[in-house]
Amino acid sequence: MKSIYLDHAATSPMHPDVIQAMIPVMEGTFGNPSSVHAFGREARHIVDVARDKVAASIGASDKQIIFTSGGTEADNMALIGTAIARKEQGKHIITTAIEHHATLHAANYLESQGFDVTYLPVDATGAVKLEDLQGALRPDTILVSIMMINNETGIIQPVQAIGELLKSHSAYFHTDAVQAYGTEEIDVVSLGVDLLSVSAHKINGPKGIGALYVADHVRIKPITYGGEQERKRRAGTENVASIAGFGKAAELAMNQRAERKAAYQQLQDTFVSELEAAGTNFFINGDTGPRSAGIVNLSFPGTNVESLLMNFDLSGVTVSSGSACTAGSVDPSHVLKAMYGEDERVTNSIRFSFGYGNTAEAVAEAAQTVAAIIKRLTKGKE
Amino acid sequence: MIYFDNSATTRPHHDALSSYTEAAQTYFANPSSLHRMGGKAEQLLTACRKQAAQLLHVEENEIIFTSGGTEGNNLAIKGTAFRKKRIGNHIITTTIEHPSVLETCAELEKQGFQVTYVDVDKYGYVTADKIRAAITDNTILVSVMHVNNEIGTIQPIQTIGKMLTEFPNVTFHVDYVQGAGKVELDLKKSHIHLCTLSAHKFHGMKGSGILFKDKDVFIAPQLSGGGQEQELRSGTENVPGITAMVKALRLTMENLRDQPARLFELREKLWEGIAKMEGVILHSPPAGAPHIVNFSVPGIKPEVLVHALGEKDIYVSTKSACSSKNSDASAVLLACGVPEAQAESAIRVSFSYDSTMEEVEYFLVVLQEALTQLKKVMR
Ligand SMILES: Cc1ncc(COP(=O)(O)O)c(C=O)c1O
Ligand SMILES: Cc1ncc(COP(=O)(O)O)c(C=O)c1O
Repeated sequence: MKSIYLDHAATSPMHPDVIQAMIPVMEGTFGNPSSVHAFGREARHIVDVARDKVAASIGASDKQIIFTSGGTEADNMALIGTAIARKEQGKHIITTAIEHHATLHAANYLESQGFDVTYLPVDATGAVKLEDLQGALRPDTILVSIMMINNETGIIQPVQAIGELLKSHSAYFHTDAVQAYGTEEIDVVSLGVDLLSVSAHKINGPKGIGALYVADHVRIKPITYGGEQERKRRAGTENVASIAGFGKAAELAMNQRAERKAAYQQLQDTFVSELEAAGTNFFINGDTGPRSAGIVNLSFPGTNVESLLMNFDLSGVTVSSGSACTAGSVDPSHVLKAMYGEDERVTNSIRFSFGYGNTAEAVAEAAQTVAAIIKRLTKGKE
Repeated sequence: MIYFDNSATTRPHHDALSSYTEAAQTYFANPSSLHRMGGKAEQLLTACRKQAAQLLHVEENEIIFTSGGTEGNNLAIKGTAFRKKRIGNHIITTTIEHPSVLETCAELEKQGFQVTYVDVDKYGYVTADKIRAAITDNTILVSVMHVNNEIGTIQPIQTIGKMLTEFPNVTFHVDYVQGAGKVELDLKKSHIHLCTLSAHKFHGMKGSGILFKDKDVFIAPQLSGGGQEQELRSGTENVPGITAMVKALRLTMENLRDQPARLFELREKLWEGIAKMEGVILHSPPAGAPHIVNFSVPGIKPEVLVHALGEKDIYVSTKSACSSKNSDASAVLLACGVPEAQAESAIRVSFSYDSTMEEVEYFLVVLQEALTQLKKVMR
């Protein structure tokens, strides 16, 4: 059977227009943007144009965009760069138990450097509570880092309300918008964020390129030293072709945001209703609040994650259990653990994520395949 | 177009680009994903790692993929410093390193590390003896570049490496960004522990690099997250970029093997031509790397000359494209003791295996014309 890719939250296929935007740059405009000759200036121009597109896609201005090697570097820079720059103001940082490991491990690193980190809990809703944040804030809190959309569950965090609450506090507000970028409307000003991370490969752009938005007033120390690229905040020869591809992907995402969001939501709804129609026993993890159009995390009682993954894969349904970024392991998800504790759901849940190239028919077929596998795996267990 | 700025960046090889687009389209899944598509991407990544290791004559688990030379140098230096800070806080490097080494060291100084910048002679050479003399009980790292990016000095890496084996606490890092594929370097025989490469300097794509890390040497990661690259460099792997890089590395290593004299012939032609020109001073060492020639024409602003050559579709550079200093003078040349007036007017010509003898000949004609023209205007 033909396989269907439902793992867009792990990484997404490149849009053909993105590849088309990159090829002429790779072939023809390969100069170093720092070179003074015309050939270098052409490369610089490509970077400038792409920077404008990425800036426009989140309501920022060009000077507020730092290109990085991806979401991981953007998150590391946001946390470590601001914490070190502001350590005289305080050593307290607030984040959540459900962040991506790029944020969590950067926070762990800061703890080892003498910073004090509060990890806000979540309950079964999977969303951070404003009261919890309010209660954790201290006069010496220098940074709050809370993601926009969780990569495992798709649960939307109340970022706008958090931005509002933090207006009266001097702590910087960073949000990891890697999973929100492409489907959610993002405006850094109305969100009230000081720093925001995005990654191109999650929005049908190339791997190895991302960006950190940094508001003008934010003090941030580089984490990479060398040449004067990115206004002395991120050294290294600019990845011109990938930046061009990123610019294209950002432009497409911005122009098609509403349609994409509606289309992915429809795919998700089709998938879920097909499962229901087949009488499959499942729960949506975190079904009480707003969720991403592109991600749904399902618990299948009486199964376990390894055999689910293997059976789905063999039947051509390409999915993951939560974060792909735990480098090949099926360790119990820290996100589901934070939501449900030692519940069964932690070991029987799968993330389905929808995106470019998926059709309603293929998704419906995938749901039937999933339903049949669940039926087989749980036979005699009801 | 005559592109003689290959030390700034190179044209990606056609086959490397095909590898990129094929990997991007066929193996786009996340190598960390457990499904078969992820498995295929991971297999490709593993094959790339294996080939990179073979080409560098090292082991697979000694290859760390990075986003380029700057990140490689940062990871090597900061990674060693932070990992070994309980053993000592002293670092030795030279005065003519790339900014990604010098600025990283400067930052470490602010954080309490001590850095000795060993000086160089008029051709940029450092000696093993000078480095030995700088070593203290606190020394944890020596970082010396293989080929200098501005003037092409080839440092005595093997001699330094051998000398450093007497100091088991010292990690030896080499910035191999300019040398890879152009000048032979045996990593193991040179007792190198950490070695930086950058794809876009050998016809791969920008944004990919390799840090070789000897399996018996330890560093602290500088990017935390998903734990990719043996937990030393987190972030979703840029599989297409890595595939293109390894393809380009193979091709460039084959060029070095099959036509070792080619770049030397170009350089010799260029050198002889320039040496004959009035008022032109050569800065590169006579026995320097075969792809870099640095000279200056005191009294003529280098931008003016670069522009004049640009009019004829010839691209060369003034100092390093990613120099970190605002000053017009090349920090490398100043460190070599070159007078300010000369250090301010330096031009670098840098070749690749695509460069031809005809291009060199044409370049010499155009350069001579431009000089005559500009001198007339100046008088
Ligand atoms: C929420 C979130 N943050 C950060 C990242 C890391 O981004 P990258 O893979 O570009 O390093 C990911 C994906 O891996 C993610 O899902
Ligand atoms: C000697 C040397 N080291 C390091 C670098 C930095 O490499 P990258 O441009 O990949 O960051 C360069 C080039 O810019 C270089 O010439």
